[in-house]
Parts: sequence; structure tokens; C-alpha cells
Amino acid sequence: MPVLRVEGVTRRFGGVTAVKEVSFQVHEAQIKAVIGPNGAGKTTLFNLVSAIDRPDEGRVLFRNPLRSGDAQIDLARTSPHQASRAGIGRTFQHSQIFEALSVLDNVKVGRHAHGRAGLLSAFLTLPRQRREEAEAEEAARQALQRAGLGDRAETEADSLPLGERHLLEIARALATEPGLLLLDEPAAGLNNEETERLAETVRRIRDDGVTVLLVEHDMGFVMEVSDEVVVLDYGEKIAEGSPLMIRSNPEVIRAYLGEDYLAEEVPR
Amino acid sequence: MARFGQREGAEGAAGESRKARGSGRGGRDRPSRGPGGALGWPSGNLAFLLFSLVALTVPLYLTNSYYLSILAFFAIRLMPTIGLNLLLGQAGQISLGHAAFIGLGAYGSAVLTTRWGLDPWPAMFLAAVLSALVAVVIGVPALRLEGHYLAMATLGFGEIVLILLIQLKGLTGGTDGVVGIPPLTLGGWSLTDPRLFHVVVWSAALIMLRMALNLPRTRTGRALIALHRTEIAAASLGIDVAFHKLQVFVVSAVFASIAGSFLAHYVMFISPEGFGVTLSVLLVAGAVIGGLGSVWGAVWGAGLMVLLPEVLARYNEDYTLLAFGLLVIVVMIFLPEGLAGAPARLLGLRRTPHIVGSRTQAEPVEERGSECRS
Repeated sequence: MPVLRVEGVTRRFGGVTAVKEVSFQVHEAQIKAVIGPNGAGKTTLFNLVSAIDRPDEGRVLFRNPLRSGDAQIDLARTSPHQASRAGIGRTFQHSQIFEALSVLDNVKVGRHAHGRAGLLSAFLTLPRQRREEAEAEEAARQALQRAGLGDRAETEADSLPLGERHLLEIARALATEPGLLLLDEPAAGLNNEETERLAETVRRIRDDGVTVLLVEHDMGFVMEVSDEVVVLDYGEKIAEGSPLMIRSNPEVIRAYLGEDYLAEEVPR
Repeated sequence: MARFGQREGAEGAAGESRKARGSGRGGRDRPSRGPGGALGWPSGNLAFLLFSLVALTVPLYLTNSYYLSILAFFAIRLMPTIGLNLLLGQAGQISLGHAAFIGLGAYGSAVLTTRWGLDPWPAMFLAAVLSALVAVVIGVPALRLEGHYLAMATLGFGEIVLILLIQLKGLTGGTDGVVGIPPLTLGGWSLTDPRLFHVVVWSAALIMLRMALNLPRTRTGRALIALHRTEIAAASLGIDVAFHKLQVFVVSAVFASIAGSFLAHYVMFISPEGFGVTLSVLLVAGAVIGGLGSVWGAVWGAGLMVLLPEVLARYNEDYTLLAFGLLVIVVMIFLPEGLAGAPARLLGLRRTPHIVGSRTQAEPVEERGSECRS
């Protein structure tokens, strides 16, 4: 049973159809990439999958493979915070870290749904508050380790370079213990070294059993990390398959990669 | 969302790349500092203990009842300012109707004690419950929406409450107000003695201060800071944004209501004109001037709100508002962290040469200031 089932999803904004009858599935412990030119509907699709937006037609179904007792949920009827609690973690295209907090505290925010101490516990520093705070710190440090930021815990978030900001967003999402991790252009703006580190991290996360769906422009990165690729063009799915198949699909080359892409050697 | 106080992350790619470069140039790994951190006062227990000690022992050596009354008003003003500091500084929500919650507390206490014969403490409690319920009714629709809806809703709410206080003559005495409100009592002692009242009202204010100081480093506090920065990212981490905004709004309303009750039992007479939009705006201005980056900002803001009119030789509300307007501008330009940030800023500037000296002399003072306001 797949982790994510996108079934005939359409989303219109006024007269524009941003996503048109798109269907695909994401399977457990798989890295799936969605690629396509600017305006192909990638971010719209992402917002549908993280329940920030709702489809006009079709369904987006999610089942958390890491919690076998959980039923499949329809993300069109779910609010974003419920989607997160059900096991969908995400990062954002434009860095959305909490600059006012330390790196560790950023990740602790990701533990929110795992705590129950309320305002009264916080105000009065009840024992529950102390206990949960210790648990949150422990879990947050683990998430930082998994994202390869273990040595940055005490740093102020706003002093991180861009590459580590993306890793911080990943750590923060991992702290929610997601079954499905959505990465929105994680390699955007990164240099080669940072991209390499990101690719390693994403693969390691997949190997831990977390399913990954990512949107990305950086072809080298996509080809290197993905198990499967979905190609969107003008909101429609034009191809799906392994990176190797996508690379040699003539329609994909025309729509996105450019005629000369095949001529040069694939980077990395 | 209205965002005040917190240092804002650079929005957009330009800011981002500049930041990335900035951090590339010389390891700015400073130790972490939470939003309740050392802005102005050393954070944590020591500062609070010292402040409490001073605040509670003042009556031992200060017997002048005029000064004591100013300090009592300071404590009464501190309560709603702490609430606004949390609402505005941590959650990033503006209320322009908090004077109405003070009014609800004051009139709730006044009416329940004089008309229905309740004791002052239960009256204060019931008035606070009423304020909380009213806050829920306003907050549920207003806080669901992103933007300045809460500011608009509370502005309207404040006016409605004021009109009701004036028009419901049978209950509130109309423009004449309510007279003969009984003083608070404690264990058989009437708190008409200004020194006793001082200790009680400051104890209440200090409890609120302690609770607020505890908040930033907790699950709820971090949720507020997160949704202040970006509601979508906060929600994507499992935070129920609407609930947390409503919760802190209700808390700030309750703090204001309790302040109103203390006021009613202290001056023993209340009339509606003091609870208008002027006070609401003054409270927000005070919270901003004091500083929203730290809960201690509320202490600075409330102190200023009470002392400034006294210092301006003759109490004149117009001058006070004018002065506060100017202060908001000056503080926003020169002290973005508010008065609470001033000592740290001055200290920081004085300390900078020692820190920077070990690196280079070429790029001294400017770095710290510029990154704070990116």
C-alpha cells in the first residue's frame, strides 16, 4: 500500500489550471522527485499534499507507514497542523526558520505535537513542563544529528549559512517524526558542496525509513538522489519513471531539460 | 500578520544571500539566547528575585502616600502591559481594545460588590471569567483570519463596551460611574492601608510577571514565537495556530481584567471615560516603547506610562499622548528592542571593542547593530 496516493487532482486559480488531473503514488522508503519548468504546478501540488491548499477535484490520500495502526486520511479534509500530526513533515522553498530562536529551539518547535504541557504548566513551570522540556530537547538533538547539524545546536538560527538553513528545516520537520517528508526545492541556492551534503542527508533519511517527496530544479541533485521522478508541464503529468528513463524521455527533454541536455554528459 | 518586536528574518532572496555571506565571514556562533533572554536585564531568577525584593519591600522605607499611590498604579498598569507584551511581542497580534477589558474588570468588580453584595475577591474572579468569555467570543472569529482583523475587531469592541458602560445606566450608573466600591480585604485586614495594598497588588503583578517570564522557553511559548514568524510553517510543524492565538489573547484579557478590578477596589470609584480607546492605544504604545523582545519590556513600559504623566508637571492627557507618540517614533528608530533593550545595547557597544579586538579592528561596532535589524 502506497504512502501517498495523488488521484486525479485538479486545482484551478481563477481561469488558470495550476494542476490538471495529476495522479501518482509514492511508496514507502522511496525518494520521489517532482520536476518541471517554472509554473508547472509543483508548488501548488506540494501545498495540496501538505494540506495547506485543497484540490478542486480528485483526492490526496496519505497513510503513515511508520504508524501501522493509523488509517488512511484524505488530505483535502485535513488542516495543516492535523496533517503534520498525521505524519507529514515539510520544508519550504523560501527559508521559514525562526530567526529569533536558537537552532535547538527551532527544532524543539517541531516537537510541539509530541508534548502536552499547556499554558498553565508553562506559566507555573509544573513538573510536567520540566519533564517534557527535557524530552523535547533530547528528541530535538537527535533530529539535528539525523540532519547532520548536531554540532550547531547552540548556534543562533539566523547566523546559519543558507545550506545549513535548509538542513535546519529538515531537522525541524524530522523532529515531528514524519512518515512522509516533503522537501520544497531543498537545493535552491546551494553550492556544490552544500548540495552534496544535502543529498547525503536525504538519502540517509530515506534509509531510516522515511519516505521523501521533493520538488527540485537542480537536475544533478534530482538524478542523484531520486528513486523515481514525476515530470509536470503546464500542470499536467507528462512522464513518470526512474531517473534514467526520465533522462531519455524525448517529451521531457523538449519540455524541460532542453534539446541540448542529452548532448552533454549528465552532471555527476 | 502584524509582526512587532521580534527581529524579522530577511524576506526574499536578496536578504537571504546577504545573510548567508555575512555569516560566512567570521564565525558568528554566539551562544543561544532566547526571546526572554538578556535584553536589558539579566534573564532568569536572579533579576526577578532582585526586582521582587525591591518592589515588595518599598513600603518599609517609603511612607509617602503619594509615591506609594504612584507605585500602586505602576503595578496596576503593569498587569495589562504584561498581557500585551505576550500578545504583541510573542504572538504578534495587536489588540486595540484592552482598555475595555480593564473596564470589564473594574465594572465587573464594582457592580458585583455594590449592587449584588459579593465580596471583592470573588467579584474579581467572576469579572475575570466574564472577560475571558468575552475575549473568546471576539477572538474566535477575529483570530481565525490572518491580518489585522484582531486590531479592527478589538477597536470596535472597545467602543461598544464604552458605549454600554455609559448607556446601561441602571447597572453602571452611566457617566456618573459607580461610587462606594469596597476595598479589598485580606484575612480580616482591610487593604485601605496603602502599604498593605502595595504588597498585595505588587504580589499579583509579580506573579503575572513570573508566569510571563517562564513562557518563552516552553512548548507554548515557542509555538507563539513560531506562529509570529510564519503561521504556515508553524502549522506544518503541528501547531494549532488559531488555538494558540486565542489562548494568549484570553490570557492578556484576563490580566487586564484583574488590573481593572484592583483599580476599582483601590480608588473605590470608577467612571467610564478612563476606559476608552485612548487608554488602549496608550497601552500598546507603552508595550512597544518598553520593548517587545523581552517580557521585562512590560516593566519599562508600564513604569514609563505611570511616571511620565507625573513628570510632565501638570497631568494633561493630550501632552501625555503627544509624548508617547514621539517616544514610539524615537524608540522605533533608535532602540528597536525598546527601553528594555537599551542597557544591553549600551553595554554591547561598550563591550564590543574587547570582543572584536581579538579579531580585527577593521569592522568594529556596526556588525551587531546591523544584524539585529535585517
